Amino acid sequence: MRIEYFQLIDRITALNLADKTIRTEAIVPKTSTIFEGHFPGYPLMPGVLLIESMAQTSGWLIIGLTNFERMPFLAALKDVKLRTFVSPGDELALSARLEHDGSGFAVVEAEGRVKGKIVCNATITFRIVPFPNPQFRNFMQEFAARIAFPMETVGHV
Amino acid sequence: MSSTFDTVANIIAETCDIPRDTIKPESHAIDDLGIDSLDFLDIAFAIDKAFGIKLPLEQWTQEVNDGKATTEQYFVLQNLCTRIDGLVAAKGA
Repeated sequence: MRIEYFQLIDRITALNLADKTIRTEAIVPKTSTIFEGHFPGYPLMPGVLLIESMAQTSGWLIIGLTNFERMPFLAALKDVKLRTFVSPGDELALSARLEHDGSGFAVVEAEGRVKGKIVCNATITFRIVPFPNPQFRNFMQEFAARIAFPMETVGHV
Repeated sequence: MSSTFDTVANIIAETCDIPRDTIKPESHAIDDLGIDSLDFLDIAFAIDKAFGIKLPLEQWTQEVNDGKATTEQYFVLQNLCTRIDGLVAAKGA
């Protein structure tokens, strides 16, 4: 996890396009400038970044389902629960499942766990649009390779 | 159409916190009811689930943007319900 670069997942560990599910993992860094303010002497992974972790996990699922043709953008959150504190050094296991494939939007159920215990979950709505330019798509493809996106699972070449 | 309208109106009332009795077949979802595009995603989600269809929102938006259709054709509720009925019928055909 590179919080300062908004890279909130480290690796995709499973992507099942038939089941429309994904699993990712991320290790919360032991040190970050963010923890200097959140909070002094009591560092906690900010809840908004847990939400972003779930959103990024969900986003990669959608990118896989749309074969790198479309980009999901966070649009709405429902039933968000931040159930317990997440601390520096914790290993997050995130997962998501497509709840609904709409026209130009998708709804995903996502959750995060630490040591098997659920720490956060949410229902997330995304707007899904064609990539605004080839450079953006290329960036996402390169980024996908860095986080072990299983290219063999999609028709993408 | 009446049962379709009731379902759609109930979805709109619940999703957007709009008094049910203000939602009429001739209401325009955007112009009369003030529903924005994000709220309409919630409505589309609920309609898709309720009727087992996929409202072609992208196609409709494109047609409106291209000047090939008016928003009234899709977003006046009685017109929307007619299109929902058509999608349901097409699904069962």
